[in-house]
Amino acid sequence: MAEKKKLDLTRRAMPKQPPHIRRRNFSEVALGYTSELALAEAKRCILCKKPTCIDGCPVDIDIPAFVRRIADGDFVGAIRKLKETNCLPAMCGRVCPQESQCEAQCHLHKKEAPIAVGRLERFAADWEAAQGHVEMPEMRAPTGKRVAVVGSGPAGITVAGDLIKLGHQVTMYEALHEPGGVLTYGIPEFRLPKRIVRREMDYIRKLGVDVVCNYVVGRTKTLDQLLEKYDVVFLGTGAGLPWFLEIPGENLCGVYSANEYLTRMNLMRGFAYPRSSIPIKRHGRVAVFGGGNVAMDSARTAMRLGAEEVYIIYRRSRLELPARLEEVENAEEEGVVFKFLTLPVRLIGDDEGWLKEIECLRMELGEPDASGRRKPVKIPNSEFKMPMDAAVVAIGNSPNPLIPKCTPDLKVNKNGTIAVTDVKTGKTSKDRVWAGGDVVTGAATVILAMGAGRAAARSMHEYLTGERLAGTTSEVTTQG
Amino acid sequence: MFKVAKLQRMVPNIHLMEVEAPEVAEQVQPGQFVIVRGAEGAERIPLSVADWDRKAGTVTVVFMEVGASTGRLARLKAGDSIPTLAGPLGKPTAIAGEGQVVCVAGCYGIASMMPVARALHEAGAEVTVVLEARSRFLLYWEERMRAFAKRVIIITRDGSSGHRGHVSGLPEILSQAGIKPNQVMVNGCTFLMSRTSGALAGLGVPITVSLNPIMIDGTGMCGVCRVTVSGQMKFACVDGPDFDGREVDWKELLARRKQYMDEEAYLCHRASCAREA
Repeated sequence: MAEKKKLDLTRRAMPKQPPHIRRRNFSEVALGYTSELALAEAKRCILCKKPTCIDGCPVDIDIPAFVRRIADGDFVGAIRKLKETNCLPAMCGRVCPQESQCEAQCHLHKKEAPIAVGRLERFAADWEAAQGHVEMPEMRAPTGKRVAVVGSGPAGITVAGDLIKLGHQVTMYEALHEPGGVLTYGIPEFRLPKRIVRREMDYIRKLGVDVVCNYVVGRTKTLDQLLEKYDVVFLGTGAGLPWFLEIPGENLCGVYSANEYLTRMNLMRGFAYPRSSIPIKRHGRVAVFGGGNVAMDSARTAMRLGAEEVYIIYRRSRLELPARLEEVENAEEEGVVFKFLTLPVRLIGDDEGWLKEIECLRMELGEPDASGRRKPVKIPNSEFKMPMDAAVVAIGNSPNPLIPKCTPDLKVNKNGTIAVTDVKTGKTSKDRVWAGGDVVTGAATVILAMGAGRAAARSMHEYLTGERLAGTTSEVTTQG
Repeated sequence: MFKVAKLQRMVPNIHLMEVEAPEVAEQVQPGQFVIVRGAEGAERIPLSVADWDRKAGTVTVVFMEVGASTGRLARLKAGDSIPTLAGPLGKPTAIAGEGQVVCVAGCYGIASMMPVARALHEAGAEVTVVLEARSRFLLYWEERMRAFAKRVIIITRDGSSGHRGHVSGLPEILSQAGIKPNQVMVNGCTFLMSRTSGALAGLGVPITVSLNPIMIDGTGMCGVCRVTVSGQMKFACVDGPDFDGREVDWKELLARRKQYMDEEAYLCHRASCAREA
């Protein structure tokens, strides 16, 4: 067939800052497609009769339709299509793990050249912003119903965006002084510039969502007090309680949770010290414990602050790293050294209480464990020490217990996540209260939180109006 | 934005700020704190609440000017606005309804002790307030305390008022006055709290201290405020700020509080030559 002849298997690479330059600056690493690159990449899409890519998307973006519009040069049409189901395309294009979602389902994936859906999504969103005219979606007539959204991260933003379009009055509460949740305090500038987060937040505000910062639900007002004022409440408070290794020396100076390390840089903009008044330390040797995206973000941040040596200390091997491959490669290119099959067992300080050495143990891989990954097993008497000035603990987070603690009738699972009666709706045990995102699933991805927000918004709308919205699915996929 | 209703220097380096924050004022309890940012781009600093007026919708904090961010706060005037006042945060202080309670306070802690001592008195406890300062001119709110305290004991380092010495002399002072407390509360700098906890541990009664480590969010997210209490890792922002001073690892807390001292000093030095308008 003619089509076969035309099959273009050259996935267009996205221009990036070269590693030796970017490792010392906080500017965005990936520079985005030019129109020419976007057109060429979009034209590779074979427009299959039964597109499977959509199945891989937690918010059901009509991927072939928007890619097709880019291929046709109709960038306005492309962004309009994206925004039908995704209110945060500039962010998702940057931080979604497309390689395990839409791109994994692409027919060209078998040929190792899936369409670069994420890069195209980012291109369309950035193109719209660069044009300066952001189109407003259709808004339904006011229903008079009042909705409170607690937490302004990806789940909350999705709920707020969906429900305001349906005519409900929405107030979004944020404990910190800037909205965005993990997008603002967690993901670094070089991966997701904060101007993009602010741009998307401005869009949400323009839609009419009232964004209230500096408001700690659970303290400033309890959940029950909110329910006196609002018809329904959505809890999207994320996973913000850092885990520690529970090894000796973790409270030494120079030992940080990844949350502290990243919040100081991203939300507080400490990297600009001393021009900013947020004091930070520039350490020479930094060890990061963990192997996820947050660990990569921490290690790459340390590098950008001028560290001479940065180590990722991970107890399993490269194969088991939970971080996105792209981020692992970026970190490697920037000079981060990976110490696999290594377990920190003790942090040793000097007389002033500052970290000076870390003691680790070598591991080997045994049988697969509950997660399906091969379980790391300690090798006896394999201890060794490394001199170190700072350590960042990036081994995960559980949900913040603040709201459950002051809401006795809100059911919580053993691991601290909020229990939902139905994962398809995010309805909690408490009347008129829904929840979604990391606070329900435990730490996961931006897009899964958005998928959960989408599902909860549908269910909340149905509760408020009795109307069941038509749509492809309302299921939250557990993939990714 | 939150409007500053009043800013007043209490004694050298210690300032009182009253801020309009009706929802916080409505909810706040003795022993809780708020996170304040004095300007865009400034640090988030935890400050214990010193008083409130639920009707007027105001919250009062008293702070010491120690670094760049508190320096900026101190230069505010009534009518100015601050971008952040979030709270009330932390667990309220557990208020005993009976017995003898000795409340030891110094420095900015005198202010945050006031609502605690007042609540203790209102709940039915017999309250002895001990105020500690380097010299008489650094004392404030003595009269406010006398309004409800059964007695107020003053200790100054130079002897310019009350007993000469410092809190390590407390066991003797208390026994001479015939005071046998069922509980001790301490508010002030880390040094005062650790010293008092050590000096009064022999009484064998709970010593409630209100810890003041570095914080960012104040809601349990960043973990910078972690302290070791009875060998366990605790977050002062959500597990505290009150702990038993006999169980706190003070050496660790003192070291952690000083972590950014050099950077703070540099900021102040910079600000002194290129001070913002």
